[in-house]
Amino acid sequence: MKRLIMRGETRKNFITYGIVIIAYVLLLVLSSTGMMSSALQGLLVPTCTYIIAALSLNLTVGVLGELSLGHAGFMSVGAFSGVTVSMALADVVPAPWARMVLAIVVGAVLAAAAGFVVGIPVLRLRGDYLAIVTLAFGEIIKTVVTNLYVGKDSSGLRLGFLDPNIGLGQGGMMIVNGPNGISGIKKLSTFTAGFLVIMLCLIIIFNMVNSRSGRAIMALRDNRIAAESVGINVTKYKLMAFVVSAAMAGAAGALYGLSQNTVTANKFDFNTSILILVFVVLGGLGNMRGSIIAATVLYILPETWLRQFSDYRMLLYAVVLIVTMLVTNTNKVRSVIDRLLPHKIKAREEEKEHV
Amino acid sequence: MVFLSFINNLINGVSLGSVYAIIALGYTMVYGIAKMLNFAHGDIIMVGAYVCFFMVSSFGLNPVFGILSAILVCTVLGILIEQLAYKPLRQANSLAVLITAIGVSYFLQNAAQLMWTSNPRIFPAIFGNGGLQLAGGQLMVPYKTLVTIGVCVIIMVGLILFTGKTRTGKAMRACSEDKEAAQLMGINVNRTISITFAIGSALAAVAGVLLCASYPKLIPTTGSMPGIKAFTAAVFGGIGSIPGAFLGGILLGVIEIFSSAYLSTELANAIVFLVLIVVLLVKPTGLLGKRTSEKV
Repeated sequence: MKRLIMRGETRKNFITYGIVIIAYVLLLVLSSTGMMSSALQGLLVPTCTYIIAALSLNLTVGVLGELSLGHAGFMSVGAFSGVTVSMALADVVPAPWARMVLAIVVGAVLAAAAGFVVGIPVLRLRGDYLAIVTLAFGEIIKTVVTNLYVGKDSSGLRLGFLDPNIGLGQGGMMIVNGPNGISGIKKLSTFTAGFLVIMLCLIIIFNMVNSRSGRAIMALRDNRIAAESVGINVTKYKLMAFVVSAAMAGAAGALYGLSQNTVTANKFDFNTSILILVFVVLGGLGNMRGSIIAATVLYILPETWLRQFSDYRMLLYAVVLIVTMLVTNTNKVRSVIDRLLPHKIKAREEEKEHV
Repeated sequence: MVFLSFINNLINGVSLGSVYAIIALGYTMVYGIAKMLNFAHGDIIMVGAYVCFFMVSSFGLNPVFGILSAILVCTVLGILIEQLAYKPLRQANSLAVLITAIGVSYFLQNAAQLMWTSNPRIFPAIFGNGGLQLAGGQLMVPYKTLVTIGVCVIIMVGLILFTGKTRTGKAMRACSEDKEAAQLMGINVNRTISITFAIGSALAAVAGVLLCASYPKLIPTTGSMPGIKAFTAAVFGGIGSIPGAFLGGILLGVIEIFSSAYLSTELANAIVFLVLIVVLLVKPTGLLGKRTSEKV
């Protein structure tokens, strides 16, 4: 029986990989044959970054089961560190792709470090208290980055906090300019890079979920006390999921930063964290394929189809959000769906049996 | 002189804190009974402020009517939102309700933007520009500050009496303790939750007017940041507790004003949140929160 379930899960994972690969090839063909509008082409990389962010938040909310309201903070850390590295090393590393990879790696590592620092106090709390503290950390990261000044001159990088006079020497270049953020970024990130990072994240998440650690993490989510009593180290496994999630968000941030002309700390505020959370919840908690689809549709929708409603587009977006939640979560609608799709009932009953 | 400026900052802090406290009281009541984070609460503040603004500035009505109409509109709006968006989700999981609340918040903000544009409006000085002269004219406490603090204290005392003495208030407490048991005792749970939303929204309207009396710039996103901070204040004081929300709000306001006066204006928000984190680490259920033991 157990082997059967595992096989089903593996099959599902491969379907998800397949969908991503097919979508990538399709979009690549469309954009290279010029069948895609330039506006839509410009959305490809940001969409990838939001997919990655949604996947990483799904690891925290869906798999670990802790609500995080400050996920954009980790994206911010990744974006600013990654873009800074790519600009500082512009002379040393000439190849653009190498600089991009370096930016993503540095962004992921620094975001992971931030995740570690934030995670130690945060993960001691529970439920809504944990959520509010992640919100607080998101705001703190935003404030810190807003007041950060980084420049480069012949003697290396110079850092300043609150004070724009960081004593740059002759020929020095300001990289991070406080509230104005970073401007004049060379757009290094490509759609292929976005696709590869998505695949990498999927591979990491699926393998993690199906590993000993992943089972420990999910056991903590389902019943912390029971998990603790069989000897699962709460702090270790919670921190593990949280740090991996932060690292992915950092990679997403770096990728995003390198797809824009300018990035400011305000881009990664509470609203961005909420936007990502909406993708995760609408896609289904713990459901990676759902996150990918929800992030794609909800990110593209206001920029394309809803454009025709111009001023009303965000209002419609809000209505779509509310109606979707009402439709998918009320018992009446559920029973109608069940009547139309009898196999769903079976699937749910099977699920219940396993619980 | 140093002492006077300290007192002045303290009064400003308590005044801002009173606004946070009124918003936090609404948050905490709704959370206590419906166990949901009502993210749209901050936007109801904004609606209340706009209603009062139009009543006073465009129709030239007395500010008292402005405030009363703001309360009326927000109460109706609160009940409407609850009936349309939250009630169908009573049985759903808490994240679904959270996302719906976020949807409602987006909706209100964008509707406000469409109806009233994003041009900032300057809220009229409805409490006048005068003040109370203290310490031989060296210290002036504006009337709006006195009104804000006074209203906050009245509301808090009123709510404690209401939840403690009246039948409806007792029903609310029973519902927040155990909904099923309350229903078995003949309490109409749905109606009680609606009343809670109505009270919370009325408080939001009052808070909106008081907020804009002190900080007159009014835009469709005016309510979001105070909303988030008041939510923080509610958690800070222990969510679900009425005196806790009051205490949390006042402390948050004082910390915010003091850190921007003595440390750094830019870092004021970060310091507020840092204090929150430290408090929650020492006391994980907030200052006045009840520590519930876990059932195994």
